[in-house]
Amino acid sequence: MNRTVLRLLKRLGFYALIAVVLFYAIFPFYYAVVTSLKPSSELFRVDFWPSSFDLVNYARILGEKSFVRAILNSILVSFSVVFIALLLGLTASYALGRVRFRGRTSVLLIILGVSMFPQVAVLSGLFEVIRVLDLYNNPAGLVLSYTIFTLPFTVWVLTTFMRQLPQELEEAAIMDGATPWITITRVFLPLMWPAMATTGLLAFIAAWNEFLFALTFTLTDDQRTVPVAIALISGGSQHELPWGPIMAASVTVTVPLVVLVMIFQRRIVSGLTAGAVKG
Amino acid sequence: MSHPVAERAPHRGGAAKSGYRGTKVRRQRVRAAWLFLAPMLVALALVAGWPLLRTFYFSFTDASLADTGRATLIGFENYLVYDDGAWYGLLTDPVWWTSVWNTVFFSVTSVSLEVVFGVIVALLLNAEFRGRMLVRAAVLIPWAIPTIVSAKMWAWMLNDQFGIINHLLMMLGIIDAPLAWTADADLSMWAVIMVDVWKTIPFVALLVLAALQMLPSDCYEAAEVDGIHPVKVFFRVTLPLITPALMVAVIFRLLDALRVFDVIYVLTSNSTNTMTMSIYARQQLVEFQDVGYGSAASTMLFLIIALITVLYLYLGRRQLGVDQ
Repeated sequence: MNRTVLRLLKRLGFYALIAVVLFYAIFPFYYAVVTSLKPSSELFRVDFWPSSFDLVNYARILGEKSFVRAILNSILVSFSVVFIALLLGLTASYALGRVRFRGRTSVLLIILGVSMFPQVAVLSGLFEVIRVLDLYNNPAGLVLSYTIFTLPFTVWVLTTFMRQLPQELEEAAIMDGATPWITITRVFLPLMWPAMATTGLLAFIAAWNEFLFALTFTLTDDQRTVPVAIALISGGSQHELPWGPIMAASVTVTVPLVVLVMIFQRRIVSGLTAGAVKG
Repeated sequence: MSHPVAERAPHRGGAAKSGYRGTKVRRQRVRAAWLFLAPMLVALALVAGWPLLRTFYFSFTDASLADTGRATLIGFENYLVYDDGAWYGLLTDPVWWTSVWNTVFFSVTSVSLEVVFGVIVALLLNAEFRGRMLVRAAVLIPWAIPTIVSAKMWAWMLNDQFGIINHLLMMLGIIDAPLAWTADADLSMWAVIMVDVWKTIPFVALLVLAALQMLPSDCYEAAEVDGIHPVKVFFRVTLPLITPALMVAVIFRLLDALRVFDVIYVLTSNSTNTMTMSIYARQQLVEFQDVGYGSAASTMLFLIIALITVLYLYLGRRQLGVDQ
């Protein structure tokens, strides 16, 4: 009897802890949604439950040309970054994962080193490069600069996946006289899709969320990406920020990410652990 | 780790001919390898290598943002210079040292908190219970939210007049008057840490969870048979076994925390109470247009992070699998 009570209590305590974790993880986002659905007159009354369902903030944000433009820029930049990172990452990971050659360790160390760069350390040099290439205040400049953090990560994770593929496949391809390029595209590519989806997703999220370069390398409203646009939403003064529209904008750009994460959570977890545990 | 075919090919089949073919295939593969690496290496050189060298160079010049091409070498003047009876330069700037201290304090505090809470969350998620997948997905939400958005969300919750956190604390009678979380000199650093910890617990938790799921179950069965207290089992068995994964998580988070920029920029802007090395460097570079001086600050930050990385690589080389 006593033991059953004790076990019940333990079980209860466990679920209480789970509830606390859930609340902690979800509440800020939930509260942003609640706030975004309030008209500005009700904004300054604290409510724990959705008190109104007013889409006026969303209408205002999506009616603003520069914000819609920022969303389009973010989509364009993120997809281009993913495409480039995967293309260069796939070929590089074949070389690093399947071929033994002198200098391989050095290349791997360089990649690891670059992934640990503080972004601000290259800021002035990269600013110059971007200006010389005439990409200042241009989303293409962001695509270029984002390779500094997406490429090393992509190469690293794809290399670990590439190494795990069975060797017989490649032997067979070589016996059939396939060139390395054919081996990659015909033999490995079909097997690498899951890994590419994972790394592509992580690169997408990283590019979508990036702030420092986007803030520094763009100047006008119509060239900005979403994080910068949200950070720069301002009201009459610093003390009267339009919180309703800010929350509406935040929810708008976050919902797609949250949905992606929910759908692909297994993949994301495997990608993160492959990227970090093995590198 | 991988055993390329080409190296073994000669041992197979006839003697001379296949040996020749083996080297040929091998050479072709090595050439292809470099060819495949070339675009990536060029890209990295363009966005990482060359800019880094330029940053080093700028730090010894008086370059300004308006025209970085016209810069003259001024030696170590950006770092330290003795002029007219007094020392000047980055290394004598109290704001710089404040930002160094802030960065260190922020990194150590938030990474410690993340590790403690991350391990707790991982242990919870490692238990079997109904709806575990759902909880695991929910825990990932803070990680998926863009840093800017999470900073804004928390800025709203921490709002001094209308924020829900002040409201709650006052309702519970913990404080009498609303706190100015992001403006108060004593509180703003903690506000920043709170947001960073919230956002990055999932990362640590997932890495630890992956390590936990690979642990052998026989140790635990043995411990249970011997009737050892679970807390003791955790500290004697689990913790030592997950230490490697934990160290990886710590170093990744530490390197990330040392270069922190966006969460602080959004929450407290350029306030010196929370200014970090990245914020300081960018302010000099972009807002004050002083590329030389800002580059000196960036270079210092780079050197600090490089030192930590090299130390880690040296100590943890085998874990990384580079040499296998």
